Amino acid sequence: MSLVFTLASRNLFQDRLRFVATLIGIVFSVVLVMVQMGLYFGFGRMVTTMIDHAPADLWIVAKGAKSFEDLSLLDMQTRDKVLTINGVAGVTPVVIGFADWRLPEGSMTPVFVVGSDLKDDGLKPWHLVAGSLQALTPPGAVAVDRTYFDRLGVSGVGSTAEIRGHQVKVAAVTDGIRSFTTTPYVFTNLDYAGAYIGLPANKVSHFLVRLKPGADLDHVRQEIQSAVSGVQVLTPDQFKQKSRNYWLFGTGAGMALFAGALLGVIVGTVIVAQTLYSSTKDHLYEFATLRAIGCSNRYIYTVIILQALLNAVIGFLLAAIIGFAVVEFTARSALPIVISNDLMFGLFGLTVVMCIASALVAITRVVRTDPVMVMSR
Amino acid sequence: MNEPIVEARNVSKTLGTGAAKVKALKHIDLSLEGGKLTVLMGPSGSGKTTLLSVLGCMLAPSEGTVRICGSSTDGASRERLAKIRRDHIGFVFQSFHLFPTLTAAENIRLALDVRGERGARARTRAREVLTRVGLPHKIKAFPRDLSGGEQQRVAIGRAIVAEPSVILADEPTAALDGENGQAVMGILSAIAKEQNRAVLVVTHDTRLIGFADRILRIEDGALQPEEPNRSNVYQIRSSA
Repeated sequence: MSLVFTLASRNLFQDRLRFVATLIGIVFSVVLVMVQMGLYFGFGRMVTTMIDHAPADLWIVAKGAKSFEDLSLLDMQTRDKVLTINGVAGVTPVVIGFADWRLPEGSMTPVFVVGSDLKDDGLKPWHLVAGSLQALTPPGAVAVDRTYFDRLGVSGVGSTAEIRGHQVKVAAVTDGIRSFTTTPYVFTNLDYAGAYIGLPANKVSHFLVRLKPGADLDHVRQEIQSAVSGVQVLTPDQFKQKSRNYWLFGTGAGMALFAGALLGVIVGTVIVAQTLYSSTKDHLYEFATLRAIGCSNRYIYTVIILQALLNAVIGFLLAAIIGFAVVEFTARSALPIVISNDLMFGLFGLTVVMCIASALVAITRVVRTDPVMVMSR
Repeated sequence: MNEPIVEARNVSKTLGTGAAKVKALKHIDLSLEGGKLTVLMGPSGSGKTTLLSVLGCMLAPSEGTVRICGSSTDGASRERLAKIRRDHIGFVFQSFHLFPTLTAAENIRLALDVRGERGARARTRAREVLTRVGLPHKIKAFPRDLSGGEQQRVAIGRAIVAEPSVILADEPTAALDGENGQAVMGILSAIAKEQNRAVLVVTHDTRLIGFADRILRIEDGALQPEEPNRSNVYQIRSSA
């Protein structure tokens, strides 16, 4: 094995304090980027959670609607029009809206009501941990998530409260259906949801369209779009993308997360560059000696880049451990941090690039080193 | 007569700029042949180290030409000069310049490593050279665990391990006591003779003249007319 690795690693570990400082810089930087990007992906996943769980081949939403939470309304009669289009197997209305939930002790908290056909192919609550979908059929039956029990003043199936003066009873409990707006979701039957949010009888928020087997999705989509005015007909992927764009970029939240990540990259690069540069400066006579004994530039660059890579690998491993701890810690929070394998690979690549870019400063210093300096000392 | 390994023809070197400009070497003509240890002496600031640097392809001459083993250094790039050093020259420095994080054997092996010679053969060669310089028991010792004399022997080992044609030594005994200085010079002298290398030693130390096959003196950047080395002449006469 070449002595390049031995030289690089021993140079690196020789000054433990500086090595630790470098690692802290890398870990800080990578964890910061990891958290920011994890939040970005977590947020991106949360804003599409309803679309992800809806059994729809196509969505019909109001023209100009930017996300699932958009409160624009559609006429119920649209459903009949769409059902006449060849290839459409079913059309299920969904109503959404904010309402006030009155706790048993009298205080109020806002909730986000999601009403759909719970018997058929509507947007049903998932991850049920208590009660059942059948239990949501009677008037006043609702499903809530157990993470919001305290907010809603309920303790499980059978608990009661009021929405807009209507008595409601918890008939099913879900686990992990959390809203990025922090307003709890309340699932209920379409027949009663309108009353809870004060919706006119012939109005709905969105339609879920299911196609017949073998139907051409693009063709049906165009047919619906031509037949119905004032609506957008979107595939689930299109609707998810639209929602993500709106919440992440329309609101500036995504840019803020990216800016935080960029800051992490800059801080990390500066710290690694500074420590590598100072380490190289400390070993300048050694690099000059290498040059004097006829070392090629490539050999010297390899020593410095290997030092940078060692920093990157060790720093990334430590950051990954912390990252996984953060993921675990936030798993049940309002905004879980999502770190996918792709993100991990990307971050490792970013760490390597960051450390190698930092090494360029040190390399520039060594390139200017004159081997004759070893003769004068 | 041996072909010269190092040849300098009409070499001058100017250092500094403006008011600080100094002509450090003036029209030097010099040849170094294999099998001889040449000692270059002169007062401080006379140009000894500058000449060594020019002959060692670390400094380009302002005028004149330098040839190492037939290769001219005229207009050579930094990488080309590095290759000439790598292929033909071994250096021994006053301050040893060993790598503190490498063991004695690794320090020696480094000179092979930069030439792309690795593996078991390089390790064996490093051990052989350590034995050659009298430190077979110090293979795993780091420079901090070695005395000055031992460090300089390791530095000599690094200079000779790749079997260069010329060894350039800059004040190799300056940091050593008399006994270690004599030992180091003994090794350099033996290397010149046994392995037919050209060895040039820059020194202030007149006690080392006895090891020289040839003595050069430099003053104000100019080589002085050469004198025969009396002690060497004596040795030759005795052996005759």
